[in-house]
Amino acid sequence: MSGAAAGRPWEATVALPRAGEGAGPAPRVDHIVVLGLVPPGARVLDIGCGDGSLLALLRDRRGVDGRGIELSREGVNACLARGLPVIQGDADTDLANYPDGAFDVVVLSQTIQATRQPRVVLEHLLRIGRQVIISFPNFGHWRVRAELAFRGRMPVTEIMPDAWYETPNIHHCTIRDFVGLCRVVGAKIETAAALDSHGRPMRFAMPWWVWNLFGAQGVFLLRRGGGDGRR
Amino acid sequence: MDIQPDTALRPDPIDDTARRTPEVSQALDPKSPVVRFGPDKPLLTDAGVALAPFQIAYQTAGTLNAARSNAVLICHALTGDQHFAHTHPLTGKGGWWDTLVGPGKPIDTDRYFVVCSNVVGSCMGSTGPASIDPATGRPYGLDFPLVTIRDMVRAQAMLLDHLGIDQLFLCIGGSMGGMQVLQWAALHPERVFAAMPIATGARHSAQNIAFHEVGRQAIMADPAWHDGRYLEAGTRPSKGLGVARMGAHITYLSEPALHRKFGRRFQGGSAPTFSFNADFQIESYLRHQGLSFVERFDANAYLYLTRAMDYFDLAEDGGGVLANAFRGTRTRFCVISFTSDWLFPTADSRVIVHALNAAAAPVAFVEVETDKGHDAFLLDEPAMFSAARGFIDAAARARGL
Repeated sequence: MSGAAAGRPWEATVALPRAGEGAGPAPRVDHIVVLGLVPPGARVLDIGCGDGSLLALLRDRRGVDGRGIELSREGVNACLARGLPVIQGDADTDLANYPDGAFDVVVLSQTIQATRQPRVVLEHLLRIGRQVIISFPNFGHWRVRAELAFRGRMPVTEIMPDAWYETPNIHHCTIRDFVGLCRVVGAKIETAAALDSHGRPMRFAMPWWVWNLFGAQGVFLLRRGGGDGRR
Repeated sequence: MDIQPDTALRPDPIDDTARRTPEVSQALDPKSPVVRFGPDKPLLTDAGVALAPFQIAYQTAGTLNAARSNAVLICHALTGDQHFAHTHPLTGKGGWWDTLVGPGKPIDTDRYFVVCSNVVGSCMGSTGPASIDPATGRPYGLDFPLVTIRDMVRAQAMLLDHLGIDQLFLCIGGSMGGMQVLQWAALHPERVFAAMPIATGARHSAQNIAFHEVGRQAIMADPAWHDGRYLEAGTRPSKGLGVARMGAHITYLSEPALHRKFGRRFQGGSAPTFSFNADFQIESYLRHQGLSFVERFDANAYLYLTRAMDYFDLAEDGGGVLANAFRGTRTRFCVISFTSDWLFPTADSRVIVHALNAAAAPVAFVEVETDKGHDAFLLDEPAMFSAARGFIDAAARARGL
């Protein structure tokens, strides 16, 4: 990452898509954020890559050599049709088979809270990738807190749309919690961002507690090594 | 292995009458093009034998483009042959991979030049144990050298050289064919742009070797086998080969598929006959599979080809590390397995995928949900077709086809 971008990943994004550019629908805003964090030509592993839209975006805009892991056959087939090398598998069981440092960047988008062993998964990510981009829904968001505090119910939001008895999300955490996990596994936080409920980066560098209250999701760029790089 | 599980059931057991079938006629005089390699071009086998002269029978479909960049090699399975899209000269059935190959199909013969050759050691026109040994003037029998999967690939490479094909756009095959695909990618990575190993493994498991051994012992226990010299004796070890096929056929299916098709239903009536007749539909079906198989396949060829599969262990060539077999490869892979395949279970495919990952090869992997067992790769499996179409179309775009 360039120095100017450190701590403000949204400023490192490339130009937002113009009308009529590309054949498909406009990229998701959170994908644009990831796009801004991935250096051109990087080798990228996208875990839980869905239909491959992020990988295709990275390939077409950044010229990356992208690979993916996806649980659903529908997702894998969609990726095959895009010409993306994606394997049917899951983060909890398949990461152990990747060699150290196999990728420049490993992306885990909105998935860590659904893994059985988030700590083990994060350690694998840091082992496999030189850099790790990870995003997750922030359970410390004010609406989540309000649901619990005032209605006494498990929250259902845009980014966490399932009722507690159906949700695949079994390991919720807040942005602060995740920062704590980074410390535990010795991950260096190169840069971080909180996205609002529309997936847009929050504009100002603010203290953690503000992000933890108003960020609907957290996006972190990590690398191996000790210490908390931000504060 | 052109298994049609819905074929009519026949109650009659395997009988021992020496059938005057033309199953070895194709070995000597195949109904397909043949390339003959003279003494100057021997096949140097893993067993240390220079096989010469020898011939390879093959079939093609489609047209090779001017750049010679649209060639597809199909590798057939254990008892398959080169007639992937052509009427079988003995059974009269259509091509064994008509489901996947043809105009507008995932392997589109309007776009690609598709080649499939009978493997060396088989009995459909390529040199094998039923061929005439030029040194003696009689069938090789067990004098034929043991061949390996790598020897099959070497022979295919010589055929492609003959056809003027430098690089394959795609190398694809299931089961033993998948082993050849992996061997191709390991032996000639620069000659394979894209590879699709289906329902296969990087090595034959102990259980699979055990099943093969049972089949071989059944053949060799048949008095009509005559130590492999049955062609001269004027007999055929049909009983042994039929039993071998019956046993093997079970491994190609799955219990849910058997249950769905046959269950415990009786053949012809509802009551047991209190005899060893084929009371159950499944018995009748298996006997039919055994009977029809011996009419199209040579028993010694079955011995040789099962042995070739047994010896296959791609990791062994790389010091026990499978990833070494693919080190530095630029081939793009698509690995496919089937949930109910217990002969080459998904775990075997995952071993391949993990090795390719470790070798940083671009690899896609799909596990197709089906109850049809190992044979699913030959059958109508829409999920396999859509995965194949996606992968092949994308590879064609990357290759500029």
